[in-house]
Amino acid sequence: MPRAEMAARTISEERRTLPAEPLLTVENVNLAIRGNPILRDVSFRVTAGEIVALIGPNGAGKSTLARVALGLMRADSGRIWRKPGARVGYMPQRLVVDDALPLSVRRFVTLGTPASREQVREALVEVGAAHTLDAPVQAISGGELQRVLLARALLREPELLVLDEPIQGVDVNGQYELYDLISGLRQRRGCGILMVSHELHLVMAATDHVLCLNRHVCCSGHPDHVARDPAYLELFGLDGARHLAIYHHHHNHRHDLHGAVVESAEDGAHG
Amino acid sequence: MDDFLLRALLGGLGVALAAGPLGTFIIWRRMAYFGDTLAHSGLLGVVLGAVLHINPQLGVVLTCLLVALALVLLQRQRGLATDTLLGILAHATLSLGLVALAFLETVRVDLVGYLFGDILAINVSDLYWIWGGGLLALAALAGLWRPLLAITVHEELARVEGVAVFPVRLAFMLLIALVIAVAMKVVGILLITSLLIIPAAAARRFAHSPEGMAALASLFGSAAVGLGLWASLRWDTPAGPSVVIAATTLFALGFVVPAKSRR
Repeated sequence: MPRAEMAARTISEERRTLPAEPLLTVENVNLAIRGNPILRDVSFRVTAGEIVALIGPNGAGKSTLARVALGLMRADSGRIWRKPGARVGYMPQRLVVDDALPLSVRRFVTLGTPASREQVREALVEVGAAHTLDAPVQAISGGELQRVLLARALLREPELLVLDEPIQGVDVNGQYELYDLISGLRQRRGCGILMVSHELHLVMAATDHVLCLNRHVCCSGHPDHVARDPAYLELFGLDGARHLAIYHHHHNHRHDLHGAVVESAEDGAHG
Repeated sequence: MDDFLLRALLGGLGVALAAGPLGTFIIWRRMAYFGDTLAHSGLLGVVLGAVLHINPQLGVVLTCLLVALALVLLQRQRGLATDTLLGILAHATLSLGLVALAFLETVRVDLVGYLFGDILAINVSDLYWIWGGGLLALAALAGLWRPLLAITVHEELARVEGVAVFPVRLAFMLLIALVIAVAMKVVGILLITSLLIIPAAAARRFAHSPEGMAALASLFGSAAVGLGLWASLRWDTPAGPSVVIAATTLFALGFVVPAKSRR
């Protein structure tokens, strides 16, 4: 996709000029699981009306970081602050409902928040899954389930949305639709969104702030900025960079097989 | 109808009503083996009751809670899967119960009655236990229904949405313990799980909502109690196992009857 078009898709230009109210602050978080370091000195924040994307290779700690931010996992050290009383919507990466449980989509989305049939219909229409309303939740496709999960999160009228791989299982056309929907949410509802994804060019198109994670924050900033960062290019290679910018870079660190940083001679500004 | 038969029917119905909805959750949460393990420890509870001079049902509830606690502690050390731990706990506690019973020479305990149930020997005070405990369990389950359903579908999502997961899970375990204590007299500790899961499993094909499945499970369980007692009288078979066979027959029949648009 040409850069100009990409820029047009970037909503941040039209962003409402609200005073940025922090919803979530993560400071210097460290976490090891069974002696294996998963997160090292990770910091970021999400403010109202902002979309922050966590990108990185498999095993980079993206989902773990999202779960730590939600308070589902405890970090070994560091500080997590969520705006007190903030309503949080969450879309987990994987959800399988046991076949033994007869549960319609309508019941499923109201498990967390009581809502009228009309409110449920509106939420499902908003995510483009109205036709699933009365279907058993086990009978809908993976892509439909993603939309239904988003609808369940929206019914909470969230101030903070945490989406873990929101477009997995969605076909290519649907992916763009969903990203448009998600970036539209931020505008319509003014909520802050923390999103885990590995769909690079889509992330780049729809987000304000990208955190490139590989157990530590390799680089972070505006998508355009991150796309030029050597660490980003090293992680995703030219394939990931092709959509955005061609940049000849030199390494300031490498990753060994375990993802640990092996410093090279000169230490860069990032990492 | 003879008095003992009426008491048996009332006791059986009380257990079936409570076991149905609880059993649906045991199925949805895949806790059948957990329920079985708690039931196996029931005999130890009876012995505990005799030693402490408390009601045997109370002893069973206490023992079930201790076993559940032991499981939670054992799960913390990784390396062994939960079904292995449950297998160890189930048979260790049953054996411990049998051995402890041998030491209680002064106390006469009807072993076969506890293992396989003695529904025809239900007395009035048993009925109070069954209906009091059963209604309490049903009322508590109704109160827990929504959060329990939410954590059954996805525990972390429910937690983010504000469900206090640990107390809900604890309360659910307590309810299982209570129903086991209550059902012991009817089908015995070795067959209790069947009364929890077979009617619920039979209900699945015909249910379109969680509540519908719970109600159907109670209905099927009640029908199994009636049929089992009737068969037991008719052919002079042991009552508890006859009830279980009746429930299983209903379950099997469910496959023959065409389910109306299973969606």
